[in-house]
Amino acid sequence: MTPISKDPGTGVLLDAGEIRRATTRIAHEILERNKGADDVVLVGIAARGDDLATRLAEQIAEIEGTKVAVGALDITFYRDDIGMRAEAPEVHETRIDFDVTGKVVVLVDDVLFTGRTIRAALDAVTDFGRAEAIQLAVLVDRGHRELPIRADYVGKNVPTRSDEIVRVLLEEVDGEDAVVVEEPR
Amino acid sequence: MKRHLLSMHDLTPEDVVRVLDTAESFREVGTRVIKKVPALRGRTVVNLFYENSTRTRISFELAAKRLSADVINFTTSGSSVSKGESLKDTALTLQAMGADAVVIRHSSSGSPYQLTKWLQGSVLNAGDGTHEHPTQALLDLYTMREKLGRLEGLNVAIVGDVLHSRVARSLSFGLVKMGADVTLIGPPTLIPPDAPAWGVHVSSDIDAVLPKLDVCYMLRVQRERQRQQFFPSVREYARLFGLTRERVDALPEGCVIMHPGPMNRGVEIDSDVADLPQAVIEEQVTNGIAVRMSLLYLLLGGSGPDQLEAAGPNDEATRGADDV
Repeated sequence: MTPISKDPGTGVLLDAGEIRRATTRIAHEILERNKGADDVVLVGIAARGDDLATRLAEQIAEIEGTKVAVGALDITFYRDDIGMRAEAPEVHETRIDFDVTGKVVVLVDDVLFTGRTIRAALDAVTDFGRAEAIQLAVLVDRGHRELPIRADYVGKNVPTRSDEIVRVLLEEVDGEDAVVVEEPR
Repeated sequence: MKRHLLSMHDLTPEDVVRVLDTAESFREVGTRVIKKVPALRGRTVVNLFYENSTRTRISFELAAKRLSADVINFTTSGSSVSKGESLKDTALTLQAMGADAVVIRHSSSGSPYQLTKWLQGSVLNAGDGTHEHPTQALLDLYTMREKLGRLEGLNVAIVGDVLHSRVARSLSFGLVKMGADVTLIGPPTLIPPDAPAWGVHVSSDIDAVLPKLDVCYMLRVQRERQRQQFFPSVREYARLFGLTRERVDALPEGCVIMHPGPMNRGVEIDSDVADLPQAVIEEQVTNGIAVRMSLLYLLLGGSGPDQLEAAGPNDEATRGADDV
């Protein structure tokens, strides 16, 4: 596949190489901050956060030789806008087949925007057990927070207008790696 | 999806798939230490049961509670219904109390439909007369898909008192909708005359059908609904249509045995057959909670068709692309 060229005109914020370098750096930061990966588990927020979590786990395994557990979390049932939408949102799979009690749970998501998804994810993870700590890793932080939430690990900070759409494309689901910004429709 | 669920005819095949897929996620919730999600927090679900049914009412109650909804159980004994209050006045009272959904079971066919005229919230049919029981059909479809991996092309026999069975009607409609091959088996007196128009086969010879089945679905002999005698004796019925050990041996390997419960052991199904591993009757009950959670969530999770335009145009577009 030809890599997407980073031309401001096309609205590409990160290309495949930059995404790879960002996740590698986040993997190093997770290991440094937690002094290794012994008690660390990764929980990716569907969809795409779970694929990023799998990538981070692979990189942690390469760097440290430790295999960390990876789960996928769907926060649909924890959203705070129920009844404000035309239809019930689509539900993705939740798969956390390990105990989070006593672990450092690193939540992984593609884009951090208002913070409402992360609030919902904190509620959801709490229902699975009492984690020692919960940390947050995101590929892109685009600002415009509506809740007091910040990420511990950020791939790239991107100033945006609140009406723009930041879209993360991943090889696993979209066939290519890129972060693009689109004008509102 | 429509706002109410009165009949399997209210659902398109795509709706059925969505209900079953969403139920899959709720099955996962049922395996957690904390079997509860806040999806319907602040919503009120009323279980309005004019007919006794402990298992369906408990299943709906548990489903609503696991979604964090407030649940009110309203049974006719001891309520104003026993003082002569009409269904309409009961509905208007529930409306005034702000019920978001009403789950109704009634001995009169069509009463859930009547209810939709007086209520702004969603109405879920939990069995009306001899008409339909769509949530039971959906949990049965879920169980079949879970056990056999598909619905399309399945060979399903529904055996017994089809005439009085709302389960059989809903399940037949659902299976035909999803592309399965359905054969209704029973004494000719207990097969509805219009059954061939449903798109199903009809037979009174169970032994001829058994060897090709993927699912053998036994119905309860509903003696309480039979005001006249439809077959000579229970013993004869058991001999001609009951699922015995010998008949189980004639089923192909992998064939699933189902029953909506409660069972008359020794009548439509032999006691030891009901306990075989291929009999998934208890799993049907477990799946019932997940499927009812899915339905309550899908019916109440949106703001309803009336407010479609009020929702932001970009709302759905940004989901998945962004953290919203």
